[in-house]
Amino acid sequence: MLAGYSTVSSKAKIKGLEKIDRLFNTYANSSLGMIDPEGIEALCSDLGVDYTDVRILMLAWKLKAEKQGYFTQDEWQTGLKALGVDSLSKLKKALSDLEKEVEKPSNYEDFYTYAFRYCLTEEKQKSVDIESICELLNLVLGVQFRPQIDSLIEYLKVQNDYKVINSDQWINFLRFCKEISFPDLENYDATQAWPLILDNYVEWMREKHS
Amino acid sequence: MGCENIEFDQGWGEMEKGIEKLKRILAGEKETPFTSREYMTLYTTIYNMCNQKAPHDYSEQLYDKYKETLDEYITSIVLPSLKDKHDEFMLRELVERWLNHKIMVKWLTRFFHYLDRYFIIQKSVPALNEVGTTCFLNLVYEDVHPTIQDIVLSLIDKEREGDQIDRALLKNALEIFVEMGLGQMNRYQDDFEARFLQETTNYYSRKASKWIEEDSCPDYLLKSEECLKKEVDRVSSYLHSSSETKLIKKVQHELLVLYVNQLLEKEDSGIKVLFRDDKVDDLSRTYRVYNKISQGLDLVANVFKQHVTIEGTAFVQQAEEATSNQASNTPGGHEQVLVKNILELHDNYMTYLNSCFQNHNLFQKALKEAFEVFCNKTVNGSPSAEILASFADHILRKGGSEKLSDEVIEETLEKVVKLLQYVIDKDVFAEFYRKKLARRLLFDRGTNDDHERSILSKLKQQFGAPLTSKMEGMVTDVVLAKEHQSSFQEYLRNNPDVHPGLDFTVTVLTTGFWPSYKWFDLSLPSEMVKWVKVFKGFYETKTKHRKLTWIFSLGTSHINGKFEPKPIELIVSTHQAAVLLLFNASERLSYSEIVAQLNLAHDDLIRLLHSLSCAKYKILNKEPSSKSISQSDSFKFNPNFTDKMRRIKVPLPPVDERKKVIEDVDKDRPYAIDAAIVRIMKSREVITHQQLISETIEQLSRMFKPNIKAIKKRIEDLITRDYMERDRDNSHMFRYLA
Repeated sequence: MLAGYSTVSSKAKIKGLEKIDRLFNTYANSSLGMIDPEGIEALCSDLGVDYTDVRILMLAWKLKAEKQGYFTQDEWQTGLKALGVDSLSKLKKALSDLEKEVEKPSNYEDFYTYAFRYCLTEEKQKSVDIESICELLNLVLGVQFRPQIDSLIEYLKVQNDYKVINSDQWINFLRFCKEISFPDLENYDATQAWPLILDNYVEWMREKHS
Repeated sequence: MGCENIEFDQGWGEMEKGIEKLKRILAGEKETPFTSREYMTLYTTIYNMCNQKAPHDYSEQLYDKYKETLDEYITSIVLPSLKDKHDEFMLRELVERWLNHKIMVKWLTRFFHYLDRYFIIQKSVPALNEVGTTCFLNLVYEDVHPTIQDIVLSLIDKEREGDQIDRALLKNALEIFVEMGLGQMNRYQDDFEARFLQETTNYYSRKASKWIEEDSCPDYLLKSEECLKKEVDRVSSYLHSSSETKLIKKVQHELLVLYVNQLLEKEDSGIKVLFRDDKVDDLSRTYRVYNKISQGLDLVANVFKQHVTIEGTAFVQQAEEATSNQASNTPGGHEQVLVKNILELHDNYMTYLNSCFQNHNLFQKALKEAFEVFCNKTVNGSPSAEILASFADHILRKGGSEKLSDEVIEETLEKVVKLLQYVIDKDVFAEFYRKKLARRLLFDRGTNDDHERSILSKLKQQFGAPLTSKMEGMVTDVVLAKEHQSSFQEYLRNNPDVHPGLDFTVTVLTTGFWPSYKWFDLSLPSEMVKWVKVFKGFYETKTKHRKLTWIFSLGTSHINGKFEPKPIELIVSTHQAAVLLLFNASERLSYSEIVAQLNLAHDDLIRLLHSLSCAKYKILNKEPSSKSISQSDSFKFNPNFTDKMRRIKVPLPPVDERKKVIEDVDKDRPYAIDAAIVRIMKSREVITHQQLISETIEQLSRMFKPNIKAIKKRIEDLITRDYMERDRDNSHMFRYLA
């Protein structure tokens, strides 16, 4: 990691990159050579957003961060360059622009899928536990699809069939919110390719409201 | 003559002479027929008048005059003659007048023929023939056709009611309708056929509603066949052929389609009675009659299906009630009867299928669907798959309650295999069958190998190797065991010092083929311990790569009981023997002492002790002598035990395996679904959700019917395990991940 650092420093003739690197160093854990959870928390407080704010997740997406809670120098550089920022105040402004960028239909699905992947902290982990999924759903879809998400989260918490959610089920939650009319669920057809967990959810909903 | 022009009036005067003559002929007056000369003169007159130079070319005037002539004739002669006539007389008059008209037109056309050759083409006006028909149409037909229609219809009605009518007259009258169409059928259809069909419908509707109440089903069918024959005859006699299809369809609809259920479900004469009384002719008639109606057979097949379903379900209910009403002395006796009844039902209806229903696939389907309804019912807690397996087991046991000949056995087994096609949970059947097969092979001396192999091969043929491969292995194991036994005997002969002193036989079973058996950590009596060692020694000379697990619960022992009255040989299970042998060393043992010595679980020990002290044969005395075993009881050898036989079998009732079988099958099904899905995905690479579901169900249909939820769950699992993925753009398509 130290080698990486010195390689970069020899290339950092460009002023902009220098500033980006300096910002990186403010938050990075020097022994690790990357920003760790503590650093991210500090960054959040400086940016004036909560650690659990969805904008941090969006930032991670923009940085294409691989590991949850960590930003490598490469990710930092690429991400901030893509955002066109090199200072904290610029980064703060960029966050609200970032929200709009994510909301663009062409990006949204990508961001949504990324959010799930970001939770796969262990190597070879394929699924995420229900508790985390509920939090993630709330964070990522809660604003746009409040009634659906509230109801779905309620169901996920009471059901016993699934302890974890895989990526296929995850992607279908978004599809469900986008395509199925709510709360009547009239156009939902269980004989189609929806994952079983959503079939069960719809059944539960229909029973509740009959 | 010559080149002089003929004046119009002059020429027309000549024509009029001819026309008057024609009228006289038509009126039936005494008159000579036209000679050639007369004809030529008239023709030539027209010819000349048309070929004169203008303004003496009189073609158009002549054309008009032609029409005028006809109109005048009709107005002055024809119409009056029709005015005061009614009914058949009116009809007759009309037919005659039309005939006459046609003759007149024929002759006039001949005279005026030259106009047809050039004038009508030049001026694009109708030909003389057509003009002729049109005159009649406009002046006569338009006026009278409603009346004529009424008359014709009432005659037809009369005939239907049984009276004789003048068919030739009707034929001629209806031909007028056709001819008035000038090449199209529209006048016939609009002015006659439409109402005719309507009245036909009304007529047969009335008749049907009467007959359906009064007549038996066979009689009604006979009457219907008759009516249809008569209507076809009617068409060929006087209706236009184009009416046939529409007419027959209407009659069939009113008589047969609308009333099919009421007819075939008649309480005293309907289809169920026909079957009951074996009325092959009537059943065949039913098929014949409905076969001619489009989708008619669907209706009959439906009634057939319901009938068979009711019969089969009645048998099922019978079995349920019989068992709950009285305790049968043969457990499962009622279920045996049920299977017999269902087999008989199947035979009967297969015969009818062939003799009355031409083996038509609609009826095959109906039979299949009917059987699928009641062949999947649970009777007294026993699933149909189990009942069928028990039935087969019963037949295959040596000395089944009725000694059946080999042929009858083969036949019956064949029918059992046929019946299995209607059972959905074939894998449940297979598992029950396998368990019972194990007991037959191990405990039932003298099982008939031929029969066993024969039914297995029939099952394999119908349902595929997966169903029977393990069972075939079991049968082979037992055959091999006999061979091993002789080499074991040889081994003992060659190693006399190893011989434990008592005869024993070991059957080695291949683990994968046989059902899984509970393994007991039984503390063996010392005699038996020796046996195990000896056999192990022998077995290791044969192969070093296999591990032997001893299942003593499947073993049988012969023990000599030295009872005071007389010694008796006891045939018991090895577990029972282990209990009894304890009493060689101690006179009295408490329950807990036995537990300690044998190391068996309570459930199992209680069963054993019960069989030896509280059941039919009391080999041991129990203190206190209550009917059931409690953990505080004590046991003593019963020296006074006796029986009239010198050798008795002390039965140990088997544990109810039903729950375990169903559990085991349920556990295996997800794997079968997985395998099927992977197979399909591998060969298709990309597939829609619907297709995947339907192909999976099809692939597994020989073993069981998976529900959609179960399949979806496996798809989910396979996605998580990266065997397949959902297509990014088409959410209803899946892709195989190699």
